[in-house]
Amino acid sequence: MNPLAGIAHMLGHPFVRYAFVAGSAVAVAAGLAGYFLVLRSQVFTADALSHVAVAGAMAALAFGVDARLGLFVATVAVALGMGLLGPRGRPDDVVIGSVFAWILGLGVLFLTLYTRSRSTSNSTAGVTVLFGSVFGLSRSHALAAAGISAGTVVVLLLIARPLLFATIDEEVARSRGLPVTALGLGFLALAGVTAAEATQVVGALLLLGLVAAPAGAAQRLTTRPFRAMWLSAVLALAAMWAGLALSYAAPKLPPSFAVIAIAAGFYLLAALGAELRPQRER
Amino acid sequence: MIPAHWAAQGTAIPLTWNILQDVRQLFEFHFMVNAFRAGTVVAVAAGLLGWFMVLRAQSFAGHTLAVAGFPGAAGATLAGLNPAWGFFAFCGAGAAIIAAVPRARAGTQGAGFSEESAAIGTVQAVALALGFLFVSLYHGFLNGINALLFGTFLGITDAQVGVLVAVAAVIVLALAIGGRQLLFASVDPDVAEARGVPVTTLGVAFLLLLGFAAAEASQITGSLLVFALLVIPAATAQRLTARPAASIALSVVIAVAVTWLGLAAAYYSSYPIGFSVTTFGFAAYTLAQIATHRAGGRQA
Repeated sequence: MNPLAGIAHMLGHPFVRYAFVAGSAVAVAAGLAGYFLVLRSQVFTADALSHVAVAGAMAALAFGVDARLGLFVATVAVALGMGLLGPRGRPDDVVIGSVFAWILGLGVLFLTLYTRSRSTSNSTAGVTVLFGSVFGLSRSHALAAAGISAGTVVVLLLIARPLLFATIDEEVARSRGLPVTALGLGFLALAGVTAAEATQVVGALLLLGLVAAPAGAAQRLTTRPFRAMWLSAVLALAAMWAGLALSYAAPKLPPSFAVIAIAAGFYLLAALGAELRPQRER
Repeated sequence: MIPAHWAAQGTAIPLTWNILQDVRQLFEFHFMVNAFRAGTVVAVAAGLLGWFMVLRAQSFAGHTLAVAGFPGAAGATLAGLNPAWGFFAFCGAGAAIIAAVPRARAGTQGAGFSEESAAIGTVQAVALALGFLFVSLYHGFLNGINALLFGTFLGITDAQVGVLVAVAAVIVLALAIGGRQLLFASVDPDVAEARGVPVTTLGVAFLLLLGFAAAEASQITGSLLVFALLVIPAATAQRLTARPAASIALSVVIAVAVTWLGLAAAYYSSYPIGFSVTTFGFAAYTLAQIATHRAGGRQA
């Protein structure tokens, strides 16, 4: 079969197009934000945000509001809260863990309230929040997700240089007059927005893969900061496209699974490649 | 065993002011007795290993191991096996994978790239994605997904309690033998290594034990909330006292107390166990924070 014709046929479906539009923007945002999260050793923060996203979306559903409102309020508020709690915008792991464990418990409560108030078995709504349903995005949802993610990408690129400086050498950056704490907080807020967007595409529980795996792979492949940052975004985008196409070709595979599996595959290959290559500048 | 009308509707059993009668009513049903047995065993294991997890700053690894039980249970159900085997197999495998990732030692790399966190995050996402795959391949199972993720205390069998006790006994025994060395290796790895303590081996063994504890707890609190039992009692205890023995004991006591209160609350209200356990735990943690703050104790 002609692969080009196959792709054209795949993109002939509106729901696939919407998935690609939203997925691409979210993947680039997650790849960029992920690069900095890994560099700043804040992947656990992203983990916490993903679980907070569950609670936020469930709360919104329980109170009958748009789930996206709950997502954004919860992730951004908690991201800023964690930044303010910790020293220099980097909170302690144990504080993060205790807080998000409890917030997830609240999420369970809201899920119960929601499923009970609907009387019919509506547990699939919870599953959608947890694992995403990118092929179920409507046109307006997809465009909104793409727009907000594109905005996140632009802001991230604007602050990329000072943020990188503040990450790699905090003291020197501070002495040069960079607002290190504000940068850290702003970045966490952006990470919160990214988490909320990614929840709609790959689900709250799986967004960590889109954040961690491409960034980890990119940092294995190159030591140059900006090249690694772009590579992370490209790998996330590639994983998204390949995952969506794979899931379209094999409908038994959920799209979020396919995306995460491919992203993890990139990381594995990069790690193996780096091990096998003779030791050079590392 | 379980009163059908109650389990189906989820209506609450009335709580009276007669505490003795309430407690008696709590143990009226065999399933509830089993829930308390299992919950106690799980809380002891989680309180012990969680304490070391917090000490070693391996919260992220612990959370990932906790989550690894979900694909295990889903996969075992898909294959027609007992979910308990899936919990233990996947949590053990997750521990082995994380152990293979080089540990980032504080100070050696500065603020540079932390391979460990990226790798652990990827392992966690893959585990959850696999779980979702198994669940979606297993048609009609979608309603059970919430029980796997968020826990249930209904319908724990005597055989399940037996397995939990056996594994917990192994964990306690292992800690009784190697706990002191593990403590040494956790507090000061360099000096411990110089004194001939097998730091690396202990680290791997600890991760495996942590995986087993997570697998145990998954069966009560669900995969997503195991972490609450691992981190909150330990964090509270370490906040309250710096002496290791007292702190470990306190961690276990808090874990057990939180689990008992959580079970009782879930029994008398119609709210899920995951919510009650995490809420009691977080309340204890917050109180400890306030108390030590007031006392002018050491600041974290």
